[in-house]
Amino acid sequence: MDFELTDEQKAIMSLCREFARDEVAPRAEEYDANAEFPYELVRKMADLGLMGLPFPEEWGGAGADTVSYALAVMEIARADASTAITLAAHVSLGSTPFFLFGTKEQKERYLIPLAQGTMLWGFGLTEPQAGSDAGNTGTRAELRDGTWVINGTKAFITNSGTDITGGTTITAITGKTADGKNEISNIIVPQDAPGFARSRKYKKMGWRASDTRELSFENAAVPEENLLGPRGAGFRQFLTILDGGRISVAALSVGLAMGAYDEALKYAKDRVQFGQPISKFQAIQFKLADMLCEIEHARLMVLKAAWEKDSGRDYVMAASLAKLFSGEVSRRVVNEAVQIHGGYGFMEEYPVSRMYRDQKINEIGEGTNEVQRLVIARLMGL
Amino acid sequence: MKIVVTVKLVPDTNADKRIDPATKRLVRTGVETVLNPFDEYAIEAALQLKEKLGGDTTVTIFSMAPETGKEIVRKALAMGADDAAMLSDAGLEGSDVWGTAYAMAQALKKVGFDLIVCGTQSTDAITGELPGALAEYLGVPGLTYLRKVDVDGTTVRGERETDNGYQKVVAELPALVSVTKSINEPRYPSLKGIMGAKKKTITTLSLAELALDRPVGSDGAKTEVLDLAAAPVRGKGRMVNASDGADGARIIVEFLREKKLL
Repeated sequence: MDFELTDEQKAIMSLCREFARDEVAPRAEEYDANAEFPYELVRKMADLGLMGLPFPEEWGGAGADTVSYALAVMEIARADASTAITLAAHVSLGSTPFFLFGTKEQKERYLIPLAQGTMLWGFGLTEPQAGSDAGNTGTRAELRDGTWVINGTKAFITNSGTDITGGTTITAITGKTADGKNEISNIIVPQDAPGFARSRKYKKMGWRASDTRELSFENAAVPEENLLGPRGAGFRQFLTILDGGRISVAALSVGLAMGAYDEALKYAKDRVQFGQPISKFQAIQFKLADMLCEIEHARLMVLKAAWEKDSGRDYVMAASLAKLFSGEVSRRVVNEAVQIHGGYGFMEEYPVSRMYRDQKINEIGEGTNEVQRLVIARLMGL
Repeated sequence: MKIVVTVKLVPDTNADKRIDPATKRLVRTGVETVLNPFDEYAIEAALQLKEKLGGDTTVTIFSMAPETGKEIVRKALAMGADDAAMLSDAGLEGSDVWGTAYAMAQALKKVGFDLIVCGTQSTDAITGELPGALAEYLGVPGLTYLRKVDVDGTTVRGERETDNGYQKVVAELPALVSVTKSINEPRYPSLKGIMGAKKKTITTLSLAELALDRPVGSDGAKTEVLDLAAAPVRGKGRMVNASDGADGARIIVEFLREKKLL
């Protein structure tokens, strides 16, 4: 057993730590307050190669592993969750489907610019009436004379409406299977497809700088070749995508908790009450010790899931365990971080207040805590 | 042309510095080691020269450090340098500036160079003496504190920062320059650079491979730290109450005039 990171993993972590500290953290408050998409940070992350981190060089990526990807997301989230989810959704949800299921032509056309970070892409699974019940998709696509005609609505789609978004890959019912079930396929819908429209950005409690929209399809038309992978493979494909996505969202939760802990520790050392820094009081020391303990626990779970994926093992259970636990750890840690700040923690000028708002979605997005428990129970064979 | 950048590994500049009262040396264990931030400007300056000169110009990173420092040297390689050489030997421990410059000079002669680029100082000992001493031991011109540097043929030119302006300086290669923080904005290593760095060569030299005619390390140190004292606490700033912005500006201008800064 070896807990030592490789030189590359360490170098990527320290690059992201530096970048997050020097470039992301100073702008996070403003982007959040204005709900402004961080175009400049995305461009800089693209220059560094982060936007295509785990994809092979031949597809415009950096060829790094999942452990490095998890470390990168953690470090960015430590400074700003909005920037981190923009990165994580771009890699895990926007780009990965092309990498896993795209044809050579589709990879050349879509994956290369995505990995280079000059274009963003959405993944449209959730619908207003199909959240955790994702298989119950209502969006339909009908093949007419070599054209997919799409009707339906998608909800909460990240990176779907920025100025550099190229389109969204959506799940849709494309017919019935032999046993009478809905046949689900993934279809590539470019931004300029006729009949495809995006709503304004949602007004959100957290992740305010990230781009999240509702998508509507009214007889939206794309060519037949825009099918991603085989017809009818959509259900299996999105499950695979969600399995990998859990690692990055779990890493985001750990990063957010690390950021809140950093702030709480700094504040506790500076804040003087009753004649000494509050870090000298056992009540505060115990809180900080518990926070560090939980972060370490969640971090190890995330890195183990990433390591299992890298070594070709079945990582589905580990990813679900990590996603569930780190989401809940992030809640406890940000909560205590605000508590340590006292009244100042309730003020927007302290980052912990933003982190508190950013945290809640970690227990909802990419499978709620409840759905994670369900996935885990099923994997246990119950 | 062969450009060599000297880099130092220092304790994380964001961590609290501690000094061992027994040895009077900076505690380097238990603290993360990082690339001396001043040296990042030197690397960037060298890479920009390479990009401008093109052709067969190469950038080599040189560091006198324990072999465990390889990981940090790789960061410099990830920024875009071609290869690296390290001088690693337990016998170098405890070297003062004199011994360090001497040993480095002997190693650099072996590595070979047309231009050496240094940072102005390190964040640990902060003597700022090494570039000058190194140029002396190498017997090459030393252009220090440059805010601009350029190479034209076999000539290196630069602008040397002074307290009240700058000097235009010029020297023939081979030469040594040190560059200040105002010269550029160091790039981050890219992921491609990081992934490619492991394929780059880091050669290691030991003292036995150098032609030394004087002792180095703590035995050869000509200076000794006798005592340490905490820096005096800075006095409190002057607080003034201004009735409005204009009044505040007037008070500040008056103060600056008083100090002959305006």
